[in-house]
Amino acid sequence: MSIVARFRQDRGTFVLDVDLNLPGRGTSALFGPSGSGKTTLLRLVAGLDHAPGYLEVNGQVWQDDARKVFVPTHKRALGYVFQEASLFPHLSARRNLEYGMRRVSESERRVNLDHVLDLLGIGHLLERRPDSLSGGERQRIAIARALLTSPRLLLMDEPLAALDLARKQEILPYLERLRDELEIPILFVSHAPDEVARLADHIVALESGRAVAQGPLLEVLARVDLPIRLGEDAGVVLDAVVAERDASWHLARVEFPGGQFWVRDGGHPVGSHVRVRVLARDVSLAKAPATESSIQNSLPATVVAVAEDSHPALALVQLQVGASPLVARLTRRSAAQLGLVPGLALWAQVKAVALIG
Amino acid sequence: MTSEDLLAVWLTLKLASITTVILLVIATPIAWWLAHTRSIWKGPVAAVVNLPLVLPPTVLGFYLLLLMGPDGPVGQFTEFLGLGRLPFTFWGLVVGSVVFSLPFSVQPILNAFEAMGARPMEVAATLRASFIDRFFSVAIPLAWPGFLTAIVLTFAHTVGEFGVILMLGGNIPGETQVVSVAIYNHVEAMDYGPAHLLAGGMVAFSFLVLLALNLLGRRRTA
Repeated sequence: MSIVARFRQDRGTFVLDVDLNLPGRGTSALFGPSGSGKTTLLRLVAGLDHAPGYLEVNGQVWQDDARKVFVPTHKRALGYVFQEASLFPHLSARRNLEYGMRRVSESERRVNLDHVLDLLGIGHLLERRPDSLSGGERQRIAIARALLTSPRLLLMDEPLAALDLARKQEILPYLERLRDELEIPILFVSHAPDEVARLADHIVALESGRAVAQGPLLEVLARVDLPIRLGEDAGVVLDAVVAERDASWHLARVEFPGGQFWVRDGGHPVGSHVRVRVLARDVSLAKAPATESSIQNSLPATVVAVAEDSHPALALVQLQVGASPLVARLTRRSAAQLGLVPGLALWAQVKAVALIG
Repeated sequence: MTSEDLLAVWLTLKLASITTVILLVIATPIAWWLAHTRSIWKGPVAAVVNLPLVLPPTVLGFYLLLLMGPDGPVGQFTEFLGLGRLPFTFWGLVVGSVVFSLPFSVQPILNAFEAMGARPMEVAATLRASFIDRFFSVAIPLAWPGFLTAIVLTFAHTVGEFGVILMLGGNIPGETQVVSVAIYNHVEAMDYGPAHLLAGGMVAFSFLVLLALNLLGRRRTA
C-alpha cells in the first residue's frame, strides 16, 4: 500500500523534479512556500496536467511514460478538492453531490451518502443553490462531492486557503473526522503550519520544485540536521492521549509514548487523541530535575544529536524522551557548559506545550 | 400582401432557421477550439472566421459564386455527388448564409466559453465525467447565455441578408426570393405599398430581436 510519484517537468524558469514514496493510507501533506510546486504536483497526480514520469497509487498504475500509459483524469479513482469550492453554479447542492456519485457504478460505491452528510454537517443545505451558501458551506459540499465518488485517493489543494479564520476553524474538525473515520488516503497541499501540524501523518517538504524532506511528520520535524520549520520555529509534534483532567487548575494531563505533559485543558474528554506541539525554543536542558521552578513539565531525556542552528550562537539539540523525540534550542555556550554529547542523559524542561486538536 | 410576398416571408424564415441550426453545429467546435488552443493557427483561424464582418457582401457572394459554379472546386464536387450546382438554388443560399453569419455564431459562444474558464471542466473530470459527458452536462449549461445570443444574432442576421443572396441566388420566387430581395423588387417597380408592409415588418422584427437580446443580457448580469 503506497503511492509512488516520480515527475520531472522543465518549464524554463521552474523545474519540478520529485521522487516521492508516500504511504497508501493516512494523511500526507505537501508543504512549502508559494511557488514551490505543490499545486503543480497535485495536478500531475490528478492527471489534470502532464509531465513525464511515473505514478502508481496502491497498486494501480495511473501514469508510466516509459510504457506510454496515461490514465485520463475521469478514469482515475480520485477525489479532488480545489482551493475555491468550484461547485457547479447551475446545479443545486444536492445535484452537485450526485454529479460524481452517479458516474460511479453502484458496485464501486463504498462511501455512504448519509454518512458523508453527517460527517460534514451538510444535510440541511441540500436544496440550496451554490450562490446562496457561505464559503465554508460551499467548501464542505465540495469535499462531500469528491468523497461520494468513493475515491482511492483524496487530493486537496489548500482547501482552507480561501476561507477566513473563523471558516477555517469551522472546517478543520470535519477534516479531522475525515482523516479518522474514512479509510481513504489523503494528499493535501498546504503552506499553513498549523494545518499541517494538525492533520498530517506524513509530510513532503517542497522547495523550488524539489522535495527537501519526506517522511512521517513526527520524524521529519524532529530532525536537526535539516530542520523543517513549520512556521517561525523548529519544533516537534507528538500524538498523545488525554489521560486526566484537573478541573481546579484547568489543566489536562496528556500521555505520549515515553512521557506525559500537563497542558492547558482544551476541553477534550479523557481518552481522546490529541496532538501537541513543542517548539524548540520552549525546551531547556538541565543536569537535575527542576524542583523549585515554575516549569511544570520536566522529563528525563537523552541527547541524540547536536547540530548547528540558523545563527552561529545557537545549537539545535535532538533528544529522545522514551519513544518520542524532542528538539531543544540552546546557545552553543550552554551546550558546551553542559558538555552535551550524544548519549548524555539529562532533564528536558518544557516551558510551553500547545494542544493543537 | 401578395402570395409571392408571403412566399418570400416563408422562405426567409426557413433559410434563417436552417442556417441557425447548421451554424450551431459548426460554430460550437470552432469556438471551443479557439477558446482552448495554444496553436499558432489561432490568430489566422480567428481572422478567417471574422472576415464576413468586414468584407462587403458582394465580395463574399462573388467568391462563393466562383467556388460553387461549374468550374469551381465546390461546384465540381457537388456535381460529382450528383447534387447539381448550388448557385441559384435554395441550398446555395444556405451555404452563403452559413459563411456570412459564421462570426455572429462563433463570437458569443467563444466569449461564453472563455468566461467559463477551465475550472468547471476540470472539476467534472475529477468527478468521473468523460469529455463528451462533461461538455454536455457542464460546458453547454454554463455557456447557455452565449448560445442563446448566438441563436438570436444568427437568425436575425440571416433574415437581414441581401447582398450575398442577390449575388448567389438571384431573384427566383419560391426558390431564392427572400424578403429583402422582394422589397428591392417592389421599390424598383415603384410599388411602395407592399414595400412598406415588408420593410415595416423587418423594422418591427429587428426591434424585437434587439430588445430580446437586451433583456437576455440583463438577466445574465443580474
